[in-house]
Amino acid sequence: MRRNLVALAGAALALVMATNAVEAQVLFWANQAVPVEEAQKMRDNVLKNFPGGADFQPQDPGPFITRIQAEEQAGSGTIGVVGALHGDLASFTKDWIDLSDIDLGAVKPSPAFMQLGKLGTSEQKYLPWMQANYVMVANKQALQYLPQGADINDLTYDQLIDWAKAMAEKTGSPKFGFPAGPKGLKHRFFQGFLLPAYTGSEVSKFRSADAATAWGKFKELWQYTNPASTNYDFMQEPLLTGDVWVAFDHIARLGTAFNQKPDDFVAFPAPKGPKGRAFMPVLAGLAIPKWAPDVAKAKELVKYMMQPEQQVATLLATTFFPVTDAALPADLPAAARALGPAVTAQTSSPDALPALLPVGLGDKGGQFNQVYIDTFERIVLNNEDIKTVLDSEADTLRQIMIDTKAPCWLPDADSNGQPCPVE
Amino acid sequence: MNTRALPYLLLLPATLFLLVFFVYPFVQVAVQAFVGPAGFTTDNVQTMVKNFRFWPSVRNTVLLAAIVVPLQLVMALVMASIVANLKSARNTILYIFTIPLGLSDLAAGIIWLAIFEQSGFLNSMLVSLGVVDKPILFLSYQNSWVIFVAVLLAELWRATAIVMVILVAGMGLIPKEYYEAAEVFGAGPWKRFLKVTLPMLKPSLQTALILRTIAAFEVFSVVQALGGTTLPVLVGQTYDWQFNQQQTGVAAAMALVILAISIACTVFFLRVLRTPKGATL
Repeated sequence: MRRNLVALAGAALALVMATNAVEAQVLFWANQAVPVEEAQKMRDNVLKNFPGGADFQPQDPGPFITRIQAEEQAGSGTIGVVGALHGDLASFTKDWIDLSDIDLGAVKPSPAFMQLGKLGTSEQKYLPWMQANYVMVANKQALQYLPQGADINDLTYDQLIDWAKAMAEKTGSPKFGFPAGPKGLKHRFFQGFLLPAYTGSEVSKFRSADAATAWGKFKELWQYTNPASTNYDFMQEPLLTGDVWVAFDHIARLGTAFNQKPDDFVAFPAPKGPKGRAFMPVLAGLAIPKWAPDVAKAKELVKYMMQPEQQVATLLATTFFPVTDAALPADLPAAARALGPAVTAQTSSPDALPALLPVGLGDKGGQFNQVYIDTFERIVLNNEDIKTVLDSEADTLRQIMIDTKAPCWLPDADSNGQPCPVE
Repeated sequence: MNTRALPYLLLLPATLFLLVFFVYPFVQVAVQAFVGPAGFTTDNVQTMVKNFRFWPSVRNTVLLAAIVVPLQLVMALVMASIVANLKSARNTILYIFTIPLGLSDLAAGIIWLAIFEQSGFLNSMLVSLGVVDKPILFLSYQNSWVIFVAVLLAELWRATAIVMVILVAGMGLIPKEYYEAAEVFGAGPWKRFLKVTLPMLKPSLQTALILRTIAAFEVFSVVQALGGTTLPVLVGQTYDWQFNQQQTGVAAAMALVILAISIACTVFFLRVLRTPKGATL
């Protein structure tokens, strides 16, 4: 309650400021970089050189959405630029103007992200702003066990299994680690990496034969996975203790390993499957609402944010990585230096297959995740029959999609506004 | 003032408090569990029972309570007898025994986690003694009985003292005359314990058992710390339904299951350990 009040007071204050002193500034309305420290760095380091100035106002999700809705209903407002996650921007697709006429010059955003920025339309509804991701990390001791001819930056799931097997057999204990603890992000691995790599889908092909193959592969990998994985929440910890040599996790949960022992670890892209190198980007974008008071100025701000200097400053402010090919300076923290190239390699590989965070599930997001977690526990931990489990969990998944009426999101095929089908 | 009404008047504030903060929320919980958008529904109960973790969580919780509570009772009786018979340093010993009570149950869970973890105290001790050559993974999903035993130990360590404190207080109330009379008739220490202490302790035992059993059915943090979701228990599942899956109806149904078990146990202890009116001290 108090939090809401503070947010409300903040919003009121922002409103007063926006209407008075900072008339000429572009109002940058965001739901990222909300912590005070990050917001201050955004203002001091990222936005300070923007001609005419920008008023950066990061908000908690509630007030963030409310103001956009209010301005949308009124048909007018003061927001110049909106910075938010892909899923948030997708909820207001019709409110954004086409940004394809912004001349980015030499700046090259990831083509996959530019495609996402169209939000299923023919217009460039948003430009990618910054990204987080999930990658793999290996202890350098593990590299000697890589299978013959395997390239760490171009692994397949089969090679990963062979690698894990070789490590388990030659060191005497399983060295692959997986964040399957209560707070671990295991469901993201199944939703965004394993299943799309084998089925090209996150939802529709949940109970397909390809999905069964994928689960079979994971079960195989699990044989060579440290059984303590069911207790791991942040993989940086077992990596640092040496209990685990190769692991998958969100970059924010791997950073400490690199910052404490920069010379011990390497980061590399997630493996690829028959349908491509699937990965789950956490992508934030920049959009301009139709009612923006000064569209030309707003477009300038978007262009400014895309420049290499600002992309790097944003990384330092928020730990979100650039979405462009901006060169990273040498004096970055070790984690950013190591993880950045892995993220880039993953997102810009020719067979890149982005699988998005769920869009349009509202408060059913937790239940959606639980389907994948339960499937994992039943198939892998309880040794239940793969087909039976997939059939029974598919019923739950189908019901969630029907209840929320959520249309398919990438990489699933467009369901034309209908609830995403579970075939 | 009417003296017959006085006791009821004095009970009124507590009753009101219970009505507003316990009975009313529980009615609401029951409504949440059984009322859906289209009126009365058993959907929530069905979802709850069909979930593959439901029966394991019932089994684990009941088994845990069935083992922890009797063990704690025996240990607490021994500890209380020791404390009650001490001539000197009685308070010091009492304080030492009750140290775990000062810790939150989550902290207790984390302490035991630090012991049993792969890189924990137990493993480093075993390795340095040369018993094993590399750390053993105790708390794994493959042998969840070890997690069960670890939870058992943590619960014994953490919550036996509360039973003991109640029993020590109860023993202090037993008049010395009974023991003196028993001694005159030649009863040894064991006989005195069986024939004087235990019967006279009945009201304290009842309180302690009810408190401990209900708490045992609500075990959560210790399990969470030691086993995560590998060892499902009722409250853990309730938490999961409410906060991770945001299915308030199913969480409410789980809460009702816990309530039903707790009420059943309370009634059981009230009946079995009933002290006839007038027979109390």
